[in-house]
Amino acid sequence: MMLHRFSQLLVGCTVILILAGSLVTSHDAGLSVPDWPTSYGWNMFTFPPSMWVANILYEHGHRLIASTVGVLAIVLVVWLWIAEPRRWVRWIGATALAAVIAQGILGGLTVLFFLPPAVSTAHAGLAEIFFCLTVAVALFTSPGWIDGYASSGASRPRSVDVDAQLRRAATLTTVLIYSQILVGATMRHTGAGLAIPDFPLMFGGLVPDHWDPKIAVHFAHRVGALVVACAILATAALIRSRARDRAELVRPALLLVALAAIQVTLGALTVLSRRDPWINSVHVVCGAMVLTTSLVLTLRTWRAVGSRLQNLQPMHNLQKTPAPLGVRA
Amino acid sequence: MRLRKALVGVLGMTLATTLVACGGGGSSNKSAEPSSPAATPSGQRVDTATAGSVKGMVTLDGTAPKNEGIKMNADPVCVRENKTPQFQETYTVGSDGKSLANVFVYVKDGLGQYVFDTPTEPARIDQKECRYHPHVFGMRVGQPLEILNSDPTLHNIHALPKANSEFNNGQPIQGMKMTHTFDKPEVMVPFKCDVHGWMNAYVGVLPHPYFAVTKDDGKFELGNLPPGTYTVEAWHEKLGATTQSVTLGQKETKEITFSFKPAGPTATD
Repeated sequence: MMLHRFSQLLVGCTVILILAGSLVTSHDAGLSVPDWPTSYGWNMFTFPPSMWVANILYEHGHRLIASTVGVLAIVLVVWLWIAEPRRWVRWIGATALAAVIAQGILGGLTVLFFLPPAVSTAHAGLAEIFFCLTVAVALFTSPGWIDGYASSGASRPRSVDVDAQLRRAATLTTVLIYSQILVGATMRHTGAGLAIPDFPLMFGGLVPDHWDPKIAVHFAHRVGALVVACAILATAALIRSRARDRAELVRPALLLVALAAIQVTLGALTVLSRRDPWINSVHVVCGAMVLTTSLVLTLRTWRAVGSRLQNLQPMHNLQKTPAPLGVRA
Repeated sequence: MRLRKALVGVLGMTLATTLVACGGGGSSNKSAEPSSPAATPSGQRVDTATAGSVKGMVTLDGTAPKNEGIKMNADPVCVRENKTPQFQETYTVGSDGKSLANVFVYVKDGLGQYVFDTPTEPARIDQKECRYHPHVFGMRVGQPLEILNSDPTLHNIHALPKANSEFNNGQPIQGMKMTHTFDKPEVMVPFKCDVHGWMNAYVGVLPHPYFAVTKDDGKFELGNLPPGTYTVEAWHEKLGATTQSVTLGQKETKEITFSFKPAGPTATD
């Protein structure tokens, strides 16, 4: 249980990290500390607080929070290796650590090479993957997951087709959300956030009356929002109609719908406020939360399959496996 | 650890390169004197005995838009250094409301094979009271640019050229200096401070000395120009660029006027 709590702490810190990172971009502060891994020649951790002025506060703060999250990720992996019997959970933790290290290097490279859009977009994309991995570890170490959501309708006999439908819908929704985030990151790091300056219309019409690459990527993000919103509503409707007795699916589905509504509103406000830094940044954070909520929903739809696969393993494989999918540590 | 060392190495090389490389000219409304034009096998020297000049004025045809106010609250030092409200310098006009300052006027074309010595005296840009001084200036290819931080707060100077190499250097200590040399002509190279988002400046980098920046009176002079037909361009950070063709005889002085409309540039003789 302590391991689960610690992984939740890491998830919380990662939310703060994503907010800090988005504030850097929203304030155009990415190059306010021109060197890396040092800060104006100082060791990052000894850089005097009196110098954390103006945009440096965002960039240097982001680096410090990222370092903290990195340390927490190391602790998590060590803890998993000591206390977690399921090897695959341990490796997810290790992958998260590798992701956050790679993320730090990408962050440094984007500073040293003056924020090339490809590197900055990759930095944003990998941040979401790291966040997903930390959420996954928190989910897999949770009592509900380990106990198999026994108190809900999960154990009730159900058509295999229904479960497969739920899994397909939830998985597709998660993939769509991540793709939409990548389009959003591309838009953000190519300076296309206001390429279409009006909302809900586009240059006064339903589609832009002229095009360039920035308008195209901005348009793609708006269309993507529509597609993702439909996918989320469809998944939620499916869960409501086919699995309304499974609280572990209904709750994230409802949260997903609510977060998606907030996210669309924030997106609109970002344009209408001419990219207010805080609205823009909260839009990024909310997008990450939409993704991970959908991920939790998706993983829960796959849980039963995972358990069945574990049970179908030949005996010699089971002997090598420390614990099946849902065994409490 | 090895990767980290390699990245530190890359950073070091970047800093070293930028320290060796940038350049500038003063914010004068008179072009720099040709610095001892010298003949080379591939070039021609300017005969100052027959040289003339192009002088004139840049005006704004309309009411100058209000400059954007600057909030410096994010850095207490900047607030302390500035006792009066600060505004951007985008539209700086004279007392007549017409003459336009901060316009970079230069010979864009027509110099043919003339060659000029590169000045060794550095051009300068200062970060003072959380602003760049000067806001618009010119310098020569190969001329050193001295970048100074006169503020008791830290700045980064970030050049965003297209033809030259981009650089971004921190100057955390008051009094710090660095030099940079641009190796290609480019009009204009923007500078920004990523710490203080309101700080911006522009430099025109040219292979010849025929450039000037207008002051509040809107006047400019391109002196010691050899006889010939030239394309003269006037560049403004918001209003764009406009050109005129000028034919100059021996020892002749021609006057031209550039007129910008707030919505966009126009040119009149």
